[in-house]
Amino acid sequence: MAAVKRYLRLHLSNLFGALARALQQPTGTLLTVLVIAIALALPAGLRVFVNNAGALSQGWEGAADFTVYLDLGIDEARARELADDIAARADVAETTLISRNEALEEFRAQSGFGEALDALEENPLPHTLVVRPAAADVGAIEKLALDLDALEATALVQIDTEWVARLQSILRLIARVVDIATVLLGLAVVLVIGNTIRLEINNRRGEIEVCKLVGGSDGFIRRPFLYLGFCYGLAGAVAAAVMIFVALVLIRPPVRALAELYASSYTLAGLSGRETLVLLGGGAALGWIGAWLAAARHLRQIEPS
Amino acid sequence: MIRFENVYKRYTNGREALSGISFNMEPGEMAFLTGPSGAGKSTLLKLIALIERPTRGSVLVNKRNTSRVSRRQIPRFRQRIGVVFQDHKLLYDRSVFANVALPLVIAGLGTRETGRRVRAALDQVGLLGRESHAPITLSTGEQQRVGIARAVASRPDVVIADEPTGNLDPDLSLDIMRLFERFNDVGVTLLIATHDLELIDRLRHRRIRLVGGQIVPDTDRPPSLSQAP
Repeated sequence: MAAVKRYLRLHLSNLFGALARALQQPTGTLLTVLVIAIALALPAGLRVFVNNAGALSQGWEGAADFTVYLDLGIDEARARELADDIAARADVAETTLISRNEALEEFRAQSGFGEALDALEENPLPHTLVVRPAAADVGAIEKLALDLDALEATALVQIDTEWVARLQSILRLIARVVDIATVLLGLAVVLVIGNTIRLEINNRRGEIEVCKLVGGSDGFIRRPFLYLGFCYGLAGAVAAAVMIFVALVLIRPPVRALAELYASSYTLAGLSGRETLVLLGGGAALGWIGAWLAAARHLRQIEPS
Repeated sequence: MIRFENVYKRYTNGREALSGISFNMEPGEMAFLTGPSGAGKSTLLKLIALIERPTRGSVLVNKRNTSRVSRRQIPRFRQRIGVVFQDHKLLYDRSVFANVALPLVIAGLGTRETGRRVRAALDQVGLLGRESHAPITLSTGEQQRVGIARAVASRPDVVIADEPTGNLDPDLSLDIMRLFERFNDVGVTLLIATHDLELIDRLRHRRIRLVGGQIVPDTDRPPSLSQAP
């Protein structure tokens, strides 16, 4: 118990020591933290953008609906039966039957050809099923389209998956680019913190020598630097989260104005709680790793003489 | 306690600092290491603290052969040795207390025990009550005493000192040496490098005299002027 307490006290004193040391040089610390923050805010911000684009494309999934025109010979009862059958499929979210009478009424109301239609003896429109697929991926949608086309009662299946496919591949491409940017900028954070810690080690060369002379182990000497790296990384991540928050506050009103033009209630989503935790944890971990690499490399070179 | 067996030390630049050094110090012994500058005094002390390793021969400290101490084991090994420097090597960004406590914190002592030992060490060097001072506000002699308090705080078996009085006037130097004698009285083995022969003439202790990297005979109480470098 006493050992645990001593251990915790040692680590806490290292943590506060690192904080005090960072605050002793406010300008340098601020600049370092800002560089780290920008390096973290870029990939995190891009991810927010991709998330929003993904959510937006979900909102447009109605555009991937099929329109299944049935043979003119099919009566309404049979059409209703078919609609129920299709709706029961696992890959179908929803099926709506538009009967030929409804279709005619709608056409009459919207097209302005009312009188011309009256001249027709018979309703030229077939029963129509609007099928909304359950899955968003292109393969499943295409299979569903083939199945529907194969039905005996089907006259024509109208589907436009191409632009959905395009949008999805673009999003996948962007997501991949964001992944690569995340790795590269994470590496940049490690290097920035590693370099800062290297300078700090050089500044404290005398202190390190004394610690080694009185029997300080590598771990003991390394620990304050690891905490310093940890603090830099965490502070950078907090600053990055604030940057993203401010950017979203600035972007939200024009996005809302744009969405209103499209009669949409779409609003931008920010970082979720989980994403914020990943950002903060990732920043702290990168700081720790950068400090560890610098410490492993440079502390060994300092020996009392 | 300290034993050198035919020790050679050649630096990478080719200079041979020590050539065939052999001597033995019993536990509780106090000795002065004398000789002109460049005779190898500092090198000899560095071999004891494992700051350097011998090129040939063996150095035993507390019956432990230093050649068998791996790099990883050096910290623990050094915790049993107190080292005093001419330039004190204090940490000027922390208090006197923190400086003296450093080896104890490293050794993992609890707060209460650390405080007790730091105060005991400062009391022994006559600086009790100055714990919260910054080292820079102390005189050179006082700073050296803080350095000594740090060296003895963890109650090491061996204390080595490299020119501990190099920057001090004669009166202060004698004070420091008397302080070392008091630690010797309680059983600490001490090896003190100095070229201040006038000073050590006033003290009765063994001398190990180095010239050109070799031990040369030294009579027990030589006339000081003939020994001056």
